[in-house]
Parts: sequence; C-alpha cells; structure tokens
Amino acid sequence: MNQNIISELEQIVGKDGVLHTPEDLAVYGYDGTFEEHRPDVVVLPRTTEQVSQIVQVAARKRIPVVTRGMGSGLTAASVPFCGGIVLALTRMNRILEIDQVNATAHVEAGIVTADLQTAVEKLGLFYPPDPSSIKHSTIGGNIACNAGGSRCLKYGVTGDYVLGLTVVLADGNILYTGGKLIKDVVGYDLNALLTGSEGTLGIITEALLRLTSKPKFARTALVEYAVLEDASRTVNAILSAGIVPATLELMDETAIACIEEAMHLGLPLDVEATLLIETDGADEAGVLREIEAIAEICRQCGARQVKVARDEAERSSLWKARRSVSPALARKAPNKLGEDITVPRSAIPEAIRRIKAVSVKYGLPIVIFGHAGDGNLHPNILFDKRDPAQWAKVEQMVAEEFAIALELGGTLSGEHGVGALKRPYMETALGPVSIEIQKRIKAALDPLNILNPGKIFPD
Amino acid sequence: MQPGNLTKPSEDQYLNCIRCGLCLSVCPTYREYLSETASPRGRVALTRKGLEGELELSPNLIEQMYGCFACMACNDACPVGIHPADLALDMRYVQEQIRPSYWKETLFGKLIPKPDRMELATLPLRLYEMLGLRRLVYALGLRKLMPAKVRDMEAMLPRLPQQPLRRVLPEVTESIGESRYRVGFFLGCAQSLMFADESAATVRVLARNGCTVITPKETVCCGMPAKGYGRIDLVREQARHNIALFEQANVEIIVTDCATCGSTLKDYGELLADDPAWAERAAAFSSRVRDVSEFLMSIPLEKPQGRIEARVTYHDPCHLRRGQGVWKQPRELLRMIDGVEFIELPEADWCCGSAGSQLITHYETSLKVLGRKIDDIKGTRAEYIASGCPGCQMHLNVGIRQRGLNVQVVHPIELLDRAYNQ
Repeated sequence: MNQNIISELEQIVGKDGVLHTPEDLAVYGYDGTFEEHRPDVVVLPRTTEQVSQIVQVAARKRIPVVTRGMGSGLTAASVPFCGGIVLALTRMNRILEIDQVNATAHVEAGIVTADLQTAVEKLGLFYPPDPSSIKHSTIGGNIACNAGGSRCLKYGVTGDYVLGLTVVLADGNILYTGGKLIKDVVGYDLNALLTGSEGTLGIITEALLRLTSKPKFARTALVEYAVLEDASRTVNAILSAGIVPATLELMDETAIACIEEAMHLGLPLDVEATLLIETDGADEAGVLREIEAIAEICRQCGARQVKVARDEAERSSLWKARRSVSPALARKAPNKLGEDITVPRSAIPEAIRRIKAVSVKYGLPIVIFGHAGDGNLHPNILFDKRDPAQWAKVEQMVAEEFAIALELGGTLSGEHGVGALKRPYMETALGPVSIEIQKRIKAALDPLNILNPGKIFPD
Repeated sequence: MQPGNLTKPSEDQYLNCIRCGLCLSVCPTYREYLSETASPRGRVALTRKGLEGELELSPNLIEQMYGCFACMACNDACPVGIHPADLALDMRYVQEQIRPSYWKETLFGKLIPKPDRMELATLPLRLYEMLGLRRLVYALGLRKLMPAKVRDMEAMLPRLPQQPLRRVLPEVTESIGESRYRVGFFLGCAQSLMFADESAATVRVLARNGCTVITPKETVCCGMPAKGYGRIDLVREQARHNIALFEQANVEIIVTDCATCGSTLKDYGELLADDPAWAERAAAFSSRVRDVSEFLMSIPLEKPQGRIEARVTYHDPCHLRRGQGVWKQPRELLRMIDGVEFIELPEADWCCGSAGSQLITHYETSLKVLGRKIDDIKGTRAEYIASGCPGCQMHLNVGIRQRGLNVQVVHPIELLDRAYNQ
C-alpha cells in the first residue's frame, strides 16, 4: 500500500491503529473458513468519526473496505479478496448505555456478544441471540450477518433485537436509524435492510439493541435416539403439541462422537441422534411441566433415553458440548465445509435423508447437527482440501445440498449468510428479479462499489 | 542451518486449525490489543505460513512468537486439540537454530544452570537487602527517582534471604515423628535465591507430616527459562542432570513448591521420549513429581491448630493450573486453616502477565495484563493473595506496590506453616 495513504490513515487513528507488516496482513486475510486473501492494510479505529474519515479516504482513492470483527464468520464474507483496507472494529468495544427502564443496550459494534450478555444479565436483563461463536464474535458481525443460534425458536434471531444503528455510508456520511421504539413505521425499515448486509451497504459502528427480562428458570434435557428419523419426527411432534422450547437442537452420531472425543463428557456413542432440548421461563413449575411433557413426547416418538440435567453444572456442560460441535469436527479431517440450509420444519426428516444419501454417493462424511426447531440444519462435509479429487467432490456435494434445500421449499442459509461461498447459488435461490433489485439497492448505497466488493451477488 | 534440517513443529500440530477463533476469547494478549496478530489463531497461522514458506521467518514473525505469554489458555480452549502456545515456543527454537543468539548460550547454557554462578551473580541483590540499602531507598522515597521500568523491576523483589537456601538447608531433613514417606525436594533457583522463606516452610510442613525430605544440592535449573527463549536443546541437558541426581536420592516422590519447576519436571518424560537411553528414566522421574499442594492433599494431612484471621484469595499460576492440572488442592489447603475467609478471585486462572520475564521484554503488555489482575484482587478486598509460583508472586508484587495496595503476596504453604506454628 502506498505510503501516503498509510500516513493518512495513521493521522486518523494513530500509528498503533494501522497495521501493515507482512505478518499483520497475513493474519487479517482469513475468517472461520478455509478461504483467504491478503489485505493491503489493516485499520483498527476507535470511533465512528474515525471510521467515517477512513471511508472518505477509501472513497477518494477507490480502495475497497472490508469490515470485520473477530473473524469467526463461516462464509468468507470478511475475506478481502480484492485487497484494500480491512477495517477491524474490535477496539470499538464499549457499552455506551444500558437503559433498564426501556430495556435497551447501546453498544459499539466491536463488543464481544458474550461480554454484552454478561453485562446485561448482571442487571437482570437478557440479550437472547446466542450464536455458537458467542465468545469470539462481535455484535457488529452478528448484525451484519444476522446471526442466529440455538435460542431462535423461541426468541428469534439477531435482527429481531436491532432497534437502531449507527452506520457509516460509502461516502463517509453517518446514518442513524431507529430509536428506543417498539413500534416505528416511518419510512423504509433501514434496520432490516442493513441487518444481514454483510458490510456491503454500510459499516455498522454502533447498535441500539432490544433486551428482555432474563428467564429465571431453565431445564435442559438430552434425548437419545437409536434411529435418527425418530429424532426428527419428535421435533414436529413437540411443536405441534403447542410447546415452544427455547431450544431444540439435533446432533447426529458423528457429531456426538467428535464432541465426546474432544471433551470426554460421557455422551452416548451408540445412538444415531440426540436432541438437546431446553425450556425456560419465569415460572419454575411451568418450566418443569413443559420439560416433562416434552420428555413424554420424546418417549412416544421412540427415544431410547431422556436425561434431564440435574443442576447448572450438568446443564452448562451440555451446552458447552453443543457449542463445540463445529470446531470439534476438525479432529476428523483437516477441512470442513459447514452449510446452514433451512427448510420448512416439516421437511426436516426428508432433508436429512437426502443429505445422508449425498454423503454415501460421494464417499465423504457429512456430519449433521443444527437447530432442528427452526428447520435450520448444519450439514458439515469433512475433507482434505489438499486432495484435489476430494475438493472437486465437495463442490458438487455442496451444490446438491443447496438443491435439496431449494427443492424442499427452503433456502441456502439460515444464519451464516452468503459471503463469498454461496454466491454461485444465489440466482437459483432468489431468481433474477430479486437479484436485480438487490443489486440496484447496492448501487444506490455504494455507487463506487468499495464496501466489501465481490460478496453476496453472483458476477 | 538449512531449513530442511530444522527441528520444527510437525504439520499435524497446526494443519487442522479451522480458524474458528475460540482461542481469541481466552488469550491475555489478544484481550489487551484486540488485534489478530496478538492472538493464538494469528500465531498458528504465522507458524504455518512461516514453515510452509509463504512468509519469511522474519524477526517480526518470531517476535509474534515471543509476544505469547505461554499461559496455555489457548491450548486448553482449542476444540480441535491444537496447542498454539506450544507452537509459539517451538518456533522460538526454530529461530535459534537458524540464527542463534550467542548471549542465550551464555545465559541459559553457562550461567542459569550453574547454581554457584547464579548465587554469585545475585549477590548484589542480597547485599542491597542485607546492608539496609533497600530500606533506605524506600524510606527516602528514592524509588520515585528511578525510571518507571527500573522501579517496577525493583518492586518484583521479595524480601531477599541473607543466604541462598541451598547453602542453609540440610541435605536430609528428618521427619517429625514416624517417617512415612521418603520425599525428594526439588529446590528451584528462584525459591533458593529469592523465596527462601517459602521453601524453608515447605520443608518444615513436609517434615511435620511424616516426610523425610532429601534435598539434593546439585540440582540445576529445571530448564523453563531456556525453553522460553528457544533453547529446548539446553533443557534436555539440564533434565538429564536432574534425573540422574534424583535417581541417586532414591525417593518415592519428588516435591517442588515452584509451579514453573513442577510443570517443567513433569514434562521431562515427554521431552526425552525420543532419547532411547533416557526415555524410561525420564518418564519414571516425571511420574514422581508433585506440586507441594498436590502432594499434601494426597496424604493424611495434620489439621493446623493455629488460626489466621484474614481474607485470603488465590491466583492460579498458569504452570500449575494448566501446566499440571492442579487447582483444587491449593484452595483446599487454604480452606483447611481456621480463620481464613477464602474469597475466590474473579478470573483466577487468567495469566498475571509475568510469564517469566515479560516485564523486562514486553514491559507495556505485561503491565496491561497485570493491571486487570490487580483490579480483580482489589475487588476481593483480600489481605493475602496466595500463589505458588515465584514468577507470579514477583509480578503481583509489582502491581500491588504500584497501586499502594495493602495486600500481602504469599505462597499458600507459608500460611499453612504459620498456622502450624502458632
């Protein structure tokens, strides 16, 4: 990168906020996928004003700006394929206000989601979204990808908690959206537009988030199934019975084996599937009643065993297990490609059946886990990218997974986003009209195409 | 040396890193800088790129490996089983093979493993204490005149012994009452030269609990400093010396009261696993090593009659908690003492920032990491902070003196010893 531009950036954020040694550039080229590409410079701003000034420099010089938090994304959305500036917002990690009366939190984009949760929970409040990466992802990244997690069935996704945003636009102007308002229908819903926009429409630097009351009680059960199909049937049986558990998570046998190998929790190794089910609420008796009703439904659907966690320690070890599934898979192979297709939940058994068939057809393992209650599945293909034959198969397998989702009335992604990896499938998923409209929105907000170029849309 | 002939991390030590980022959440240097370059995932990536030739093994790349505090929190956190902290140490050795630093040969090869020379080299520090100079410096407020870094390094020093403990402690300390265990005591350098009172207490407590304590006088440095500076080859020499020495002592158990020594000694087995002449002997040696709290809580321990009326908190040394998996025992030991109100320290297992010599080599980062620890200690309103590691104790002293807190830094064994002798 041109020394003049580096000096200009250093004047904005200070010397310690501009990184450009080969080592710095090498480690800011990746996210949670296997993709990588070096940026030309890394900038770590501390204020919205600084971000605005950086973007003005970028706009003047036509330099791409790729925004990121902790780089835990799973779609290469923050990989700077065109080089340019990587804007890492990790140092913008302050909580600006927690309003207990209105139950809102005003935070900078770089705060770690778990840190925000801890802070609000101390005040009896609750920020429900809980992506598995909760300890190593930021609110900004969560909003930019509209992250989900395990509690979405009852509590919704990140976007359901966004009340307002501070956004630096492609020309450096600062946009403020929303407010501490439950209802607001004045103008287009820009919160919704920017949530999930993956840094292509603007740079989210601050967020105003809706909070709820912390549920006082929770009960968690681990349910074992000898037959995977029974587990997926159970999901629909529970929801049809009018019970909405906070979570309804499915893990198949390979997923369980990987966790057990990594964590030694004494999980069963001779089952085809397990469900992790949690109920929560303000009333202890109600929570207990629900988990018992669920246990009964599980047994009727063929569960081999229903184990309810006896105490908080047992509960947290079950959760720790669930959160570590994805990384634990890496014990099996050097690479994994985890998708997050969603289907209408009635189609889950069929989706699983077809995905397993893909695995058999190509001879590479696919591990399936996911938020079964949301119809959101994570089939993970395990492979070794150094072997070209395997890599060729993986590309075909992914295409087949997406085809399955679309055939069953589903879509490509429930919570990871599109980034770079799912671009080739966008047109099929959305159709030309939708793609064209979205491209026009992009062009209106970022006419120079400097904000995270080359993401989301097919060329 | 040609890159092809290097002893270097093998592919399976880094290849499966899926870059999930979980290690960032537990890394003390990442937490301070919030930059990927200062993170375990970043160091794993640099290791891979450096070894695969994508990046040069440049001084800046190696500096990132020295930026790691080797607290091993990432080793524990990694769901894949990668040990980023170990890789950072391995890469330091790679550097020494390519571009050896001769001062390291002198310091870690010729000074630190020679107890006589170490005692001579540290004589000025003892004189500073003994001649009353130190009291004078404090009384006249002269520390304020020192540059901050020198002042902080002065603050590391505990009250120094008149004589290294090695010179004072008998080779054999008979047990009080019936001898039930024949225990070897590995007297570490820092313990002998600086924390002599603590190790004297350790030997008293062992003897009181039925141990005949053998303290070989010719032990040399466990090897951790050399390992930290990329000279794992020197550690092997030191390991062989210590193993042979304790074989002659004919003991069932080898106790140490230094967390760092303990974790290194327990590692000798692995360190010499590929050395046919030593593998078995090293494994046998390592299997006998116990931290003092670990050993005491495994035997019928005499309940102290004395009381210590105080709020006490405890900091987990990285080399004890993660290096040896010992964390319950020191807490249990402190709770045994009547009068002690034990307060669990928030983030007790986070590195204090000492990491051996980071105060000297990475002054700013080291103090940032320490600052958070001191805030946590202050929050407990404890009068004592116990921690069984000389490095942690020295570092905690820096923070406590900087802030003028009224907290005493102790080894858990000192409080137990005091409760016995009241």
